[in-house]
Amino acid sequence: MSGVRVLVGTRKGAFILTSDGKRQKWDVSGPHFAGWEIYHMKGSPASPNRIYASQTSGWFGQIIQRSDDGGKTWIQPGTPPGEPTTGPGGMPKGESNKFVYDTSAETGKPLTTHQWYDGTQHPWEFKRVWHLEPSLSEPEVVYAGVEDAAIFRSKDGGKSWQELSGLRGHGTGPKWQPGAGGMCLHTIVVDPRNPRRIVIAISAAGAFRTDDGGKTWKPINKGLHSQYIPNPTAEIGHCVHHIAMSRKRPNTLFMQKHWDVMRSDDGGDNWKEVSGNLPTDFGFVIDVHTHEPETIYVVPIKSDGEHFPPDGKLRVYRSRTGGNEWEALTKGLPQKDCYVNVLRDAMAVDSLDKCGIYFGTTGGQVYCSADAGDNWTPIVHGLPAVLSVEVQTLS
Amino acid sequence: MTAVPSGKIRVILPPHLRGLAHVKGEVLLQVAGTPSVRSVLDALEAAYPMLRGTIRDHVTQQRRPFLRFFACEEDLSHESPDTPLPEAVVSGKEPLLILGAIAGG
Repeated sequence: MSGVRVLVGTRKGAFILTSDGKRQKWDVSGPHFAGWEIYHMKGSPASPNRIYASQTSGWFGQIIQRSDDGGKTWIQPGTPPGEPTTGPGGMPKGESNKFVYDTSAETGKPLTTHQWYDGTQHPWEFKRVWHLEPSLSEPEVVYAGVEDAAIFRSKDGGKSWQELSGLRGHGTGPKWQPGAGGMCLHTIVVDPRNPRRIVIAISAAGAFRTDDGGKTWKPINKGLHSQYIPNPTAEIGHCVHHIAMSRKRPNTLFMQKHWDVMRSDDGGDNWKEVSGNLPTDFGFVIDVHTHEPETIYVVPIKSDGEHFPPDGKLRVYRSRTGGNEWEALTKGLPQKDCYVNVLRDAMAVDSLDKCGIYFGTTGGQVYCSADAGDNWTPIVHGLPAVLSVEVQTLS
Repeated sequence: MTAVPSGKIRVILPPHLRGLAHVKGEVLLQVAGTPSVRSVLDALEAAYPMLRGTIRDHVTQQRRPFLRFFACEEDLSHESPDTPLPEAVVSGKEPLLILGAIAGG
């Protein structure tokens, strides 16, 4: 019997929502890590009961949690129960929470400053993990996108983390500048055909790609046009909000930029706008139907100054033509007095035959459509503000 | 309160960190040498490694900016971490408090 497990990160804890393949009746567990911000949780495609979670706090910093039983129990990978609490030198463990920017001679001492809001140079300061991306094939391998923007990799199930410093050090880093939400690396997309090809996105630096497993990186922002930066077509400086890849056609990428919905058919080398008839092309989330590579979803948000749906109507927009032609999906969604936001990592799709679409709101609702967006029902509607939604399809 | 075992330092953690460390109430720590904020935190992290990085930075060992240290109604946050703790803390009469510096969130 197939089923789904929806992983929800919120401002005050994590929640796990499970259902069978019909996706009508749900069990809700949580809050896990009550009181902590859970920026992101994601399961390992290679070992689905393994789930990684980013637990964070402005007071207490970053914690990485891992479950190996589908979210029933959790450990910090650096301090598993039953093992000695100190390492060989007598120093306490706890390495799984340690994200230190690479300044080693071996990897080229990547630069140590970026541009601050006022244009001055500012040192990189680790703040939190925004996104965890488990390897598609190796349960022990997981990537972390962090603020201030950098990508780390663990090859031991989250016990220890090493920066892939070629990204920060490739040359444009001193020009990177934070967006309103901080200078965060929030999107990591791994090519299912070639795990050495990884696309990432940073607010507000833009999109970047590696083709050699993270050693070297290049900006992939050609075709983006951002009116709010001095050179609207600059190589970097674009506020990319999210990128989604078609699993069936990995060279096709879709992007929700600050303003503009974009697509690329060459792995990000070139982009073209596909906002078409959207009521507004500002937004955060974007995702692709699992089985139909030209069917995509966005949630239009009124503007960068007004982070809520236009006219108080929560509408998902679907294009079956890969963009440009969009239809509003409203059945089951509030069409009056709704002023929530849907944040960049808060939409996901399952891989059941009838593709399920999920998204969470800052008002604490998590919606599910079990029919590719035609009809929506709230799974829960009183959670803390939702930061992220991921879904696992279980066989 | 119950009697404190001889030579143990009492530490009160903020609620989030008590949850993280799976402890309730005060933490009692055996501290090597002259007890100071640094040596108490060393002992705390050795006993509860999941707290490493949550009170002071992994690398710089600097206190996280939104945390403060108090004892005997005195703010010790800006003292050298090697300053000996007050005798009342060393004797177990008073705890060392680790507090969130601002409310809310």
